[in-house]
Amino acid sequence: MKPFGYQRPTTTAEAVRLCAEGPGARFLGGGTNLVDLMKLGVEEPGLLIDVTKLPLDRVVRTPDGGLRIGATVRNSDLAAHPDVRRDHPVLTQALLAGASGQLRNTATTGGNLLQRTRCSYFQDVSKPCNKRLPGSGCPAREGSHRDLAILGHSPECVATNPSDMAVALAALDATVLLLGPEGERAVPVTEFHRLPGENPDQDTVIRPGELITEVVLPPPAPGTASRYRKARDRASYAFALVSVAATLQVDAGRVERATLAFGGVAHRPWRARRAEAELLGAPATPAAFQHALIAELAEAQPLRDNAFKVDLVRRVALDVLGELCEPQGRETAPAT
Amino acid sequence: MPHAPQLTGAPVVRREARDKVTGTARYAAEHTPPGTLYAWPVPATIAAGRVTAVRAVDALAVPGVHTVLTHDNAPALAEPEDPILAVLQSDRVPHHGWPIALVVADSPEAARTGAGRLLVEYESTEHDVTLTEDHPGLYTPEKANGGFPAVRKRGDFERSFAAAPVQVDATYRLTSLHNHPMEPHAATAWWVDGHLTVHDSSQGSDAVRKSLARVLGLGPEHITVVSEHVGGGFGSKGTTRPQAIMAAMAARHTGHPVKMVFPRAQLAEVVGHRAPTIQRVRLGADLEGALQAVSQEIVTHTSTIKEFVEQAAVPARVMYGSPDSTTTHRVAALDVPSPSWMRAPGEASGMYALESAMDELASALGMDPVELRLLNDPATEPDSGRPFSSRGLAACLREGATRFGWHGRDPRPAARQEGRWLLGTGVASATYPVLVSRSTARAHAAADGTFRIEVNATDIGTGARTVLAQIAASALATDADTVDVRIGSTDLPTAPLAGGSSGTASWGWAVHKAATALAARLADHRGPLPAEGFTTTGDTEEETAAESPYARHAFGAHFAETAVDSVTGEVRVRRLLGVYAAGRILNARTARSQFTGGMVMGIGMALTEGSAIDPVFGDFTAKDLAAYHVPVNADALDIQAHWIEEDDRHLNPMGSKGIGEIGIVGTAAAIGNAVRHATGARLRELPLTPDRLLPYLL
Repeated sequence: MKPFGYQRPTTTAEAVRLCAEGPGARFLGGGTNLVDLMKLGVEEPGLLIDVTKLPLDRVVRTPDGGLRIGATVRNSDLAAHPDVRRDHPVLTQALLAGASGQLRNTATTGGNLLQRTRCSYFQDVSKPCNKRLPGSGCPAREGSHRDLAILGHSPECVATNPSDMAVALAALDATVLLLGPEGERAVPVTEFHRLPGENPDQDTVIRPGELITEVVLPPPAPGTASRYRKARDRASYAFALVSVAATLQVDAGRVERATLAFGGVAHRPWRARRAEAELLGAPATPAAFQHALIAELAEAQPLRDNAFKVDLVRRVALDVLGELCEPQGRETAPAT
Repeated sequence: MPHAPQLTGAPVVRREARDKVTGTARYAAEHTPPGTLYAWPVPATIAAGRVTAVRAVDALAVPGVHTVLTHDNAPALAEPEDPILAVLQSDRVPHHGWPIALVVADSPEAARTGAGRLLVEYESTEHDVTLTEDHPGLYTPEKANGGFPAVRKRGDFERSFAAAPVQVDATYRLTSLHNHPMEPHAATAWWVDGHLTVHDSSQGSDAVRKSLARVLGLGPEHITVVSEHVGGGFGSKGTTRPQAIMAAMAARHTGHPVKMVFPRAQLAEVVGHRAPTIQRVRLGADLEGALQAVSQEIVTHTSTIKEFVEQAAVPARVMYGSPDSTTTHRVAALDVPSPSWMRAPGEASGMYALESAMDELASALGMDPVELRLLNDPATEPDSGRPFSSRGLAACLREGATRFGWHGRDPRPAARQEGRWLLGTGVASATYPVLVSRSTARAHAAADGTFRIEVNATDIGTGARTVLAQIAASALATDADTVDVRIGSTDLPTAPLAGGSSGTASWGWAVHKAATALAARLADHRGPLPAEGFTTTGDTEEETAAESPYARHAFGAHFAETAVDSVTGEVRVRRLLGVYAAGRILNARTARSQFTGGMVMGIGMALTEGSAIDPVFGDFTAKDLAAYHVPVNADALDIQAHWIEEDDRHLNPMGSKGIGEIGIVGTAAAIGNAVRHATGARLRELPLTPDRLLPYLL
């Protein structure tokens, strides 16, 4: 283990200042991913800045009916928040689909957004990985990639973003608020995570020294239903093979508004803009949904062993959209 | 004070349960003598070749690092019986993960940091880690694991199969599987005046002592090995593992106590694995369903340093009668970590294929799969012709069918749906041999009326202390609470390992013998006991050496109800019910726990567990429990274990058969058969993950 410093500031300004001082500083939230990566030797921070004493642990209602979610709000608290459960069931469902109860109790909103890929090559420092060591190569493309990307990947990287929460936030058009040495800025969550391109070492557009302070949810559109569904290799405590977050508003049998985001398929939560465009004004029918999804997935470029994801994400999305048309619809929890 | 005799079979709570949940039970890595150093193993990152240089300057410069052991400076060892123990003895790298160095420091952090600073240079050679059914390196070994002949032929299988009006010819594929006990393999070793003490996480410390004595050139009297509490092993701690050797070497080299824990990420490559198998099963039956021809042909891998052949065709020699049969094993030595024992080696893999094929045969015949099994239940062991000491398969199938609600089952596949869920049920048989080894034990009656039993048994979480107290109490006609049981050290009377579902039978027999002798001694005595009490011993050398004229096996039947998500292909086991015929059950509580534990592991084998070897790097890609999916609570919904009491006089004085492994045997097949019933998809490859089901869903 590389020795590291530890600070626990109580103001965001101090946190940002500390981060600017030391090269190799990292903000520490729940530590459920960063500490693992330190144990693996993937991360070797010189300074950990514990953000859990910052005044960012509240969920506050905005005047327009949206929500401001502090960066250190724990995943389990966010999932259980009455406003979230009422207005954004997709977010509660996504959070509860992630990790385990113990991990959700400690993982934070900001940390969840910044968690790294679980690609096995990224996590194994004895192997090349362009994300961990730029220019070293990507063994996953020819190697073990069943769980990796089918959309938006590059020759340099086929990793996926592992977050469930971020997929729901993408479908909800959330905004990430950042505080850095040059002040505050707001980034839509759909633009917060990057595609790998030639710089897969950069997961997000966050700039050096920037701290996530809040995530802002716009007010729910009236009459909009939302849902999250995740397919995985075991019943709990597994990353998504694919997941789907969707919001849907149907009026007189036609789609008034739809947002759709896929998880487990790309380097970032995949906002399915093309499908959304196809859906807008279309009849709320399985055929129309199918048409839109096929259009979206036309650009999928599956690897040797993960072509099943194209089919799987289409099936799950079709099912979720169908369920959203019939809110009293079929059960989604495993029957016991 | 008089004590009411306590019958064996009672659901007595494990003696150490409170110590374990309160954290006072000490495991191998929880002993820290003064001056303890910490060792961090360094695994090879190539799959084949040799180490050309280990540059330790940077590692040694890390504050706290004492030494770096490599093949250049490590103490020389005599050749071990098991080649996996020849660690740090040569530059050869036989597989990825082979330990090539050991960094020893005064903290685990420093040792780990040092390991990260080590510069290792290799000369790689081409490697081959991929098993195929036509691999050019395949050969027929003399024996499969367990000493079973690799090939058995009875009659003329090919002729009989060709003539059979109903045939099944199917090939099943299983990947490598990992034991992954909760407690990683760990050892703490120290030397005092030439005497070595090792606390090792092992399923049998006498075997560890023997290994250490051999490689270190010491008499066993100079070595004490303690395995007081062990956090699971599932076979991976049944043979000596490198941590005991490496800790002892490092302790000798440094003159300090040394503690070593294999990190989880390294574990899979140094503790054995269930070898992958490709199994072709051919069954020929007449129109009534009577088997005429049975063939099971196994292809598997081993490492280049050791021949370990998963005995997957062996259960077919026990299960069903047929005039003609062939069972074979072929193996290829690849540049892979050495496979080894994992819960029900042979039976778990082989019965998946055989019991899936039986289901295919039932479908081909249009016959109920329970009835097909009952029809082919043989009177004598098919391979040997010996009579069974007891064979409860039919009783288990019948009892299970009733309890499960099997009767009246609609055999049509893909015919039941509940919302999004496709429902199906499946059945499979289970078997596991009755094994027993020589053991010794000592029984002592103290003047105060209490008793002490001493035997070097190992408790791997099953409740060995508790059941041995019950056995002794039964022989002594006393309450088990008056019996102190001491196990888990080579200072105690010699005993075999906790493995092969044989621990309780082996230790219990010796305990029964010693306690019975003690009871006789006490019965002869009049008046108060002498201050030193009475001590008796038991040794089952003679009894266990005798060849039984009987074929002795436990049997069972598994029934599963599965729900398959028609959208995603995710499989849930709604109900899993097992009925076992395993002689007398000695403790209903701990037995149930072992049965259900095996069944849950079988759910993992069926649905979630699988381990691929990366063809480029030669390592297992799943390195932790986030990537290697053992079942979680949400995967284990309704698990029921029942048993049929057998009165089998041809076993041991307790009348018991082993129960530790049979729970996993057949579970995967029952689930796979239920998935077929639910979906119509006959998958012949595990685990049944969504990607495999998806092509079969509408």
